[in-house]
Amino acid sequence: MRAFDYVRVKRVDDAIAALADPDTRCLAGGTNLLDLMKGYVVQPTRLVDITRLPLAGIRVLPDGGVRIGALVSNTDLANDRTIRERYPLLSQALVAGASPQLRNMATVGGNLLQRTRCHYFTDVAFAACNKRTPGAGCAAREGANRIHAILGASEQCIAVHPSDMCVALAALDAVVEAQSRSGTRRIPMSEFHRLPGTTPERDTELRRDELITAVTLPPSTFADHSHYLKVRDRASYAFALVSVAAALEMAGDRVRDARIVLGGVAHRPWRAVGAEKALVGQVLDEAALAAAGAAATDGARPYRDNAFKVTLAQRAVVRALRDAART
Amino acid sequence: MNPRWLTAKGVARRRFLCGSGALTAALAHSPPLFAEASSNPPTRDRQVTTNPGAAVRVRLNVNGHQYDLMLEPRVTLLDALREHIGLSGTKKGCDRGQCGACTVLVNDQRINACLALAVAHEGDRIRTVEGLGDATALDPVQAAFIAHDGFQCGYCTPGQICSAVAMLEEARRDTVSAATPDVRRKGPVELTDAEIRERMSGNLCRCGAYAGIVAALRDAAGRRA
Repeated sequence: MRAFDYVRVKRVDDAIAALADPDTRCLAGGTNLLDLMKGYVVQPTRLVDITRLPLAGIRVLPDGGVRIGALVSNTDLANDRTIRERYPLLSQALVAGASPQLRNMATVGGNLLQRTRCHYFTDVAFAACNKRTPGAGCAAREGANRIHAILGASEQCIAVHPSDMCVALAALDAVVEAQSRSGTRRIPMSEFHRLPGTTPERDTELRRDELITAVTLPPSTFADHSHYLKVRDRASYAFALVSVAAALEMAGDRVRDARIVLGGVAHRPWRAVGAEKALVGQVLDEAALAAAGAAATDGARPYRDNAFKVTLAQRAVVRALRDAART
Repeated sequence: MNPRWLTAKGVARRRFLCGSGALTAALAHSPPLFAEASSNPPTRDRQVTTNPGAAVRVRLNVNGHQYDLMLEPRVTLLDALREHIGLSGTKKGCDRGQCGACTVLVNDQRINACLALAVAHEGDRIRTVEGLGDATALDPVQAAFIAHDGFQCGYCTPGQICSAVAMLEEARRDTVSAATPDVRRKGPVELTDAEIRERMSGNLCRCGAYAGIVAALRDAAGRRA
């Protein structure tokens, strides 16, 4: 790890002021940042320790939604009584990720800003990574790309977003609050993470001078019928090959509203809008489930090693929907 | 080499290594790295250091003792414990947050010390395997690991034990895991083998002593219930 300056702040304004320096990074849980710094993937000259900022609360809003501070740990969020009862999908997604030790350290804000685990991004021995070095090329396109994207990738980058939490947040229509010198911005989850396009070095729409302060959730309509399914190489403590956040609002035995978001398949949580639309008004029989599964991978383009993900994603959608309907 | 060490009952490998030539020489030429608490507490609002990477004063509370250290900001909590304080019970495995060998308790929560900066943990209560128990008064989890052969080479064991102590406490507080059938349901966690395995999944054991570890924790959970 390269040497850096360390500064600890207690006020949000001081953190934002420190971000004026482009080589400064915020340190919260540190589980991803310090790992990347040890690998020389990220080399900030200064860290601003924001762990003492007053952003670790969870509070129910007057409209019935919830406001989650950016520094709430993954563990505390997963175990919060309101989250468990009203947003069980989020609890499930959180405990599907990482290990208990890492979840105790990792924060909501940090999880939103997690970097990809593409082998070629995380190992500087490979020069060709457009995400690390714009214009350097993409070693993954012709390389070992079993874990890579099947949807929304570009010539420049085929990496996937690694988070479980973000997949659930996208299904729950969460909104990210970001503060800067020019005020507070509310960014819907559907717009927060980007597709790689020609600028894969940018994972999110967050600007360099902005600090994530909170995530808000609208009142829950999916608490009774939701499920997070994660398919991975080991039973635990591994990133998703494919994951599915399925959330249903039922009217009798028919679907009134649906959310289907996939993880492990794209540069951002992949909301399968076509599959959601196909389900509305339907009874969840085998034909409707299969149609939703097929629609979820519409436009999929696999690479050499990851064609299996297309079928896997379709089947995972079917199973997640079936389990969501049953809960 | 002092032959007494080789015949002493329960001889510590660490004591042997520290007494052997190379390490002694290296330590002898190191500047003094720590001292017990002095009267000037470090400020909690740190100013930017002018020289990037210059050592700063860091006060850590480990196993109830205060240590005043001079550390570069990049020194991890793991390296501070092992190399600067001399508590080598906490192990360095992958050093990248993947194996759990470095698990310690910070304010009673288990974390990976390899992905934490020492300077960021001023004011926290840090507990390592050395703070859990000793040969005369073992923690119940330590006793259970011995009774059930919860190890082979022993390298992952301090991390496993720290992790398990926190795991049992988490279960008492009704926390959820990926093995929990229904996160909406209130009530005590039933520590089934599936729950124990999932809740201990952050600690890898290359010897594969998992059967013994699960048996030890089944036992320890029963005794603590």
